[in-house]
Amino acid sequence: MSSALLQVKNLSARLGAAQLLFGIDFEAHAGEVVVLVGRNGAGKSTTLKAIMGLASEVSGTVMFSGQSIAGLEPHTIARLGLGYVPEERRIFTGLTVAENLEVGRIPSRSDTADAPRWSVDRVCELFPKLKEMLDRPGGQMSGGEQQMLTIARTLMGNPRAILLDEPSEGLAPIVVERIAESIQRLKRDGLCIVLSEQNTHFARAVADRAIVIERGCVTHAGGIELLEPTHP
Amino acid sequence: MTAFFVQTLNGLASASSLFLVAVGLSLIFGVTRIVNFAHGSFYMLGVYIAYTCATSLSGALGFWGGVLAAGLAVAVIGVLVEMLVLRRIYSSPELLQLIATFALVLIIKDAALAIWGPEDLLGPRAPGFTGAVEIFGRAFPTYDLLLIALGVAMLLVLTALMKKTRFGLLLRAATEDREMTDALGVNQKLLFTAVFALGSFLAGIGGALQLPREPATLAMDLGIIADVFVVVVIGGLGSLHGAFVAAIIISLVKAYCIGLGSQTLFGVEFEFSKLTLVAEFIVMALVLVFKPNGLFGKPIIHSQTSAAVELPLGKPSNIQLGALLAGILLLAAMPAVFDEYTSVLATDVLIFALFAASLGLIIGTAGLGSFGHAAYFGLGAYGAALATQAGFGFLSSLFLGAALALAAAMVFGWFCVRLSGTYMAMLTLAFAQIVWSIVFQWDAVTGGSNGLVGIWPPEALSDRDYFYWTTLTVCGVGVLVCWWVVYTPFGYALRAARDSTVKALAIGLSVKRLQWAGFALAGGLAGVAGAVYVFSKGSISPEVSAIPRSVDALVMVLLGGINTLLGPVVGAAVFTYLQDTLARSTDYWRAVLGAVILLLVMLFPRGIVGSIKQFAQRRRAA
Amino acid sequence: MSKALEVSGLKKSFGGVAAVRGIDFHADAGEAVALIGSNGAGKTTCFNLINGQLTPDGGRVSLFGLDITGRSPELLFRSGVARTFQITATFASMSVRENVQMALMSRHREVAGFFSLATSRHTVAANELLADVGLSEQASRPCAALAYGDLKRLELAVALANEPRLLLMDEPTAGMSPEERNALMRLALRVCRERKLALLFTEHDMDVVFTHADRIIVMNRGRLIAQGSPSEVRANEEVRAVYLGSLHV
Repeated sequence: MSSALLQVKNLSARLGAAQLLFGIDFEAHAGEVVVLVGRNGAGKSTTLKAIMGLASEVSGTVMFSGQSIAGLEPHTIARLGLGYVPEERRIFTGLTVAENLEVGRIPSRSDTADAPRWSVDRVCELFPKLKEMLDRPGGQMSGGEQQMLTIARTLMGNPRAILLDEPSEGLAPIVVERIAESIQRLKRDGLCIVLSEQNTHFARAVADRAIVIERGCVTHAGGIELLEPTHP
Repeated sequence: MTAFFVQTLNGLASASSLFLVAVGLSLIFGVTRIVNFAHGSFYMLGVYIAYTCATSLSGALGFWGGVLAAGLAVAVIGVLVEMLVLRRIYSSPELLQLIATFALVLIIKDAALAIWGPEDLLGPRAPGFTGAVEIFGRAFPTYDLLLIALGVAMLLVLTALMKKTRFGLLLRAATEDREMTDALGVNQKLLFTAVFALGSFLAGIGGALQLPREPATLAMDLGIIADVFVVVVIGGLGSLHGAFVAAIIISLVKAYCIGLGSQTLFGVEFEFSKLTLVAEFIVMALVLVFKPNGLFGKPIIHSQTSAAVELPLGKPSNIQLGALLAGILLLAAMPAVFDEYTSVLATDVLIFALFAASLGLIIGTAGLGSFGHAAYFGLGAYGAALATQAGFGFLSSLFLGAALALAAAMVFGWFCVRLSGTYMAMLTLAFAQIVWSIVFQWDAVTGGSNGLVGIWPPEALSDRDYFYWTTLTVCGVGVLVCWWVVYTPFGYALRAARDSTVKALAIGLSVKRLQWAGFALAGGLAGVAGAVYVFSKGSISPEVSAIPRSVDALVMVLLGGINTLLGPVVGAAVFTYLQDTLARSTDYWRAVLGAVILLLVMLFPRGIVGSIKQFAQRRRAA
Repeated sequence: MSKALEVSGLKKSFGGVAAVRGIDFHADAGEAVALIGSNGAGKTTCFNLINGQLTPDGGRVSLFGLDITGRSPELLFRSGVARTFQITATFASMSVRENVQMALMSRHREVAGFFSLATSRHTVAANELLADVGLSEQASRPCAALAYGDLKRLELAVALANEPRLLLMDEPTAGMSPEERNALMRLALRVCRERKLALLFTEHDMDVVFTHADRIIVMNRGRLIAQGSPSEVRANEEVRAVYLGSLHV
């Protein structure tokens, strides 16, 4: 396989006196879904935030398409083509769906040649529900609709890879299924997806590889058979 | 009826400037979550810069060019302030931010003093708008009509900017969630700087447009900022239309008060023209009781600034009790080494130690931000002074002064604990301004700006050392009460309500009532400090309850360290000494003080005692 | 025997949008009842109507026959209702024991006390409660130093300080590993049986729900669409269609 799109080496993070991550290593390729699993507080979300430049006191190497992005600010990283979808969805509740999508658009990105191009029409094709509610304020959407919007909003920046934090959290199983289908479609389009997940049903349904994180360390890495109930 | 109509027009004309300044503050707050105290100073600079332009270049170019130049120059100053100072404190607790921007007020005020001097400067009238039109038989300045039109035009322009442009969209998004906006590829630093430029520009223009209506003075900064706080709180922080509506409401209330003049109601004569400040604050209090987020505001989601993790308090250790006893003995023995100067200084330190410790109780233990603690200090002082003049003895006067402060803290506190965070800080400040304005304007009782003189303790205490010991006893007991409370079930309940309000409610604590009681207690103790203060000086003037005095108390608490028992006392000692030394060595002591505060906030946000404790903890951990 | 918790005709709208449209259910003493449903189904609203965060537009909530509809959280505490939070809520500046002591002081109406040391109040009772949830060894540690699972146990101990008759747990196992989830639910069920209190909890983890609940209530679009034993609910066609989907067969 060619060199990885996203390479994380020896990533560590602290919060005051507490060390949260102890040298996380993993990589992810284009067209691949990698899932980070582990209990809450193990460091999954922190890993994604640290990659995205949203955590404080981070050390280690993060390479994205051959360029070091460690220490860069979130907007710079986003402009390089790495998207981030947060756990709490963080929809702009006072903005309409269309406005939310517009905030996600990155007008001045120049290196989009090899990245998928997204438009409002195209994200609505991926999530048809959004098309009916473009003028609705983000605050008046259900949890599932918000999850679709937050993914769509990040896609509007034409990313080559996205970090998805707990996309199934708090959603009805039937909505989770729909999100899973969309993620599979994005993967087929060649997007690189790294997601953190506690719901093993969901993780098994979408992931190619799994990274198990415990107490801030990678304890297992391998195929999704790691997620079988017999495994830790 | 015509008088009413003319006052309405007057009010509307004043509303335009107020709207421009207030909306600038509001926009800046929305995105950066910083309440910029120095915004009033930007307004003041706008007036001064416009004055300089209009007088050095005559005619239309001088005036209208001056308005534009004032806007642009102030925008540049705003950008510099943002990049040099505020960028470093965006993630600090909001109290620290407020204090840092207050430090800027001090610095800018002294800078203006150095450049333009202490005299009031009256600007020229606006070329082309010097005349008046007749409305209902009265002459009404055309310039005021122009201002009304300009206010509406600016509202439309700003609305279009927010709704129709991508810049406005990004501002609205960042107002909701700036970190998420950043993660979506929007450069926050640039956005913050841009919004600061815009907000400061509006403040500068707002100031410059006032030039034909009022002279440039050095007191404009705090004068306008109080009004602006009232406007944004009534309108709702971050709301464009709210600022517009509220600016009109406040300006009309003021105009009508002035129009009413002196009226007799129920046999009592009221000087309405002197009640403008009181009236606007009453409007604000009423709005906040019914709409806690202002007329058009949304609830502010307070970013959880990670408070320093306190270690559990436990019981006072024997070492601590021993140190306390040794400290008391040492203080009691101090007169042995006093000369006249140190004796006065030490008495001041004791008084301010109680003032700061009582504030520390609400800020630290109860977690409530008070920006108007001087109100209770001042009421204690005036209460005691008036009681003495009425013939009461020394102790009764102290008691009555404290009782007045306690009563006021109970009334004001009832409103204040219903709000949280920024709104609460602004409301406490507003109440302090009410107290100040009453004291300042009620000549017959308080002596107005001259204050009251000749309030001395009884003959037996006239000796400096005896008065020091009296102060040590009264204020020492007060400080001990502040410390003791923290260990009691009441203090624990306050801390519980601070740590997690929802949890405190769920275990049956009446959070609001507890906070109210804590607020009242702290106000009463500040009143004790104020009462002793008046006897130590022999006189009293309205400055004791003014904004700078409230800020002094905050700086003392921060200097020593929030959430440490000793902090406020140490802070009071260091601050009182510093201020005294500075005031005697330079005319520009305010600027120096401001610079010290800025350094403190940026380098030692935990204060003296807090930093020592942290250092000790790290060493123990290592 | 009167039902421990009885909810009838509970209604709530927000700005004309009905979130809860008339709900009836009950929970018996010593019974663990799970309330499930997707986001927006009205589950959280329903829960908040019972725990006092929201005031219902109509309907009635009663505890052993006593009407507690619309009572504030403080009054509910006095009526014998305890709750834990989805995002653990504890008093971070206190020790583990002091957290429990705080609840005990509140229960004994001592929080206006000025003349005693808070850390000396109810020490024995606090230690017993901590022993019950397995936190004896951590009692003197700062609460901020506890691991996530232990914080959840502490929340439970604080809730039990009030000797509640009804315990409301909002997403008790959110953010825990499968083993921790089961351990916490076993603990919660044990106290529920021993103390004969009714336990009502919301939960997203279907494994937890189907393993530990005695009875399950399913909500969809503001209405109750099914209730019954885990096997009955699992077999319910409508529940599968609108909520469970095919991942859980």
